[in-house]
Amino acid sequence: MAPDVSALQLVLSGDPALFAIVRLSLLVSLSAVIGAAVIGLPLGAVIALMRFPGRQLAVVILNALMGLPPVVVGLLVYLALSRSGPLGSWGILFTPQAMIIAQTILIAPIIAALTRQTIEDLWVEYRDELAAMDVGAAGRVATLLWDARFSLVTALLAGFGRAAAEVGAVIIVGGNIDGFTRMMTTAIALETSKGDLPLALGLGLVLIAIVVTVNAAAWGVRRVGERIAG
Amino acid sequence: MRAPIADLPIVLDDVSLLAGGVPIIDQVSLALVAGAPTVLIGPNGAGKTTLLRLAMGLIRPTHGCVTWGGRSDVPPTRRAIVFQRPVMLRRSTSANLRYALDAAGVRRGARADRVDELLTLVGLSGFGARAARSLSSGEQQRLALARALAKEPQVLFFDEPTANLDPAATKAVEDVIRTVAARGIKVVMSTHDLGEARRIAGEILFMHRGSIVEAADAARFFASPATPEARRFIAGELLV
Repeated sequence: MAPDVSALQLVLSGDPALFAIVRLSLLVSLSAVIGAAVIGLPLGAVIALMRFPGRQLAVVILNALMGLPPVVVGLLVYLALSRSGPLGSWGILFTPQAMIIAQTILIAPIIAALTRQTIEDLWVEYRDELAAMDVGAAGRVATLLWDARFSLVTALLAGFGRAAAEVGAVIIVGGNIDGFTRMMTTAIALETSKGDLPLALGLGLVLIAIVVTVNAAAWGVRRVGERIAG
Repeated sequence: MRAPIADLPIVLDDVSLLAGGVPIIDQVSLALVAGAPTVLIGPNGAGKTTLLRLAMGLIRPTHGCVTWGGRSDVPPTRRAIVFQRPVMLRRSTSANLRYALDAAGVRRGARADRVDELLTLVGLSGFGARAARSLSSGEQQRLALARALAKEPQVLFFDEPTANLDPAATKAVEDVIRTVAARGIKVVMSTHDLGEARRIAGEILFMHRGSIVEAADAARFFASPATPEARRFIAGELLV
């Protein structure tokens, strides 16, 4: 049987091993997006609105961090969480939690940098109105984040895309342990190296389907939201 | 509501604003006091909008000082402005008003009644659930006016409020401005539309090249302008 046919059969038959990997991948990547959004959205907005010495440098660094190499993030998180590391007492190395931390660190700069640019552009439009209404700093951040919500969906999608496709960081801090920390990307790499192309292809199909579905859902939500809120 | 602070009189004392060394506002001194609407007229580029923004406190002068009720550090809690192209927050019409009421310190329980009251005042009853950005230009201008009224201002600035509006929308906005002025709110408005200035103004400030060339009672100004620039402007000549 051709690898692509058996891959499709694996997906359609609801293979438990395959779907356990899919579930864990979604759990890790979506948790990382939530964590990175909690950090990145306000951080990006604050950098967009505040004027402080070294701000331009902060913007350059933030933009540069969008290209953070996953293996470097994985290595740093590994060192921090390893038994002799500063966070070794947590005992979470080679667990999904470690993978979530690594992916959060990886995608928070992406969300923050895109948020910074979006909010800065919106601020030009809103500055006078909010100043005239005497809205304070916290209120400005909240207002701009809320009014930019449809544009910021794109920032979250970029973060999710990066997390879902990432392999270097999670394989270092997760260890690719079967049934525990094996994710779609790490499984694809492993199964390909073992020559199990149907499973690798099946996982690849599911991964692409998930990314397309999440993007389509976000696009739909954005369109409906824009129609309601203007 | 926050404790009221008197914003009037608004005094500009020898105020100049330079941009790249070029004076946008040039040594202007004036006092805005309670009473009939004050209308700034003059050709495009005369400095009307900049003067309004200085008086609102949105920008600081390069030279001179601006005081509100005798103080120079008064936050804009009793003065408001309606911009030529107001920004509608990305939410419903009534949510825009709730936002303004929240910013003005109106307690949550009192907001719903105030929203209804303000929508009625500006003729937007029944528009509350509509997305603010889907309103027409004239309706957005009236919503901006309602938003400005949320803080119960002593002074309300209008920057070319009817520019780009059709006659019906212009009339609707002007009617609300007259209503607001009749309630005792000091209206300070810029326009380059002489007809509008005649309809609204009690006092005229005629600006040219960043200076107030002539300040006079509106009836007197239009009947017998004292300066050659004002005469030429009223006659419809181009002032360069």
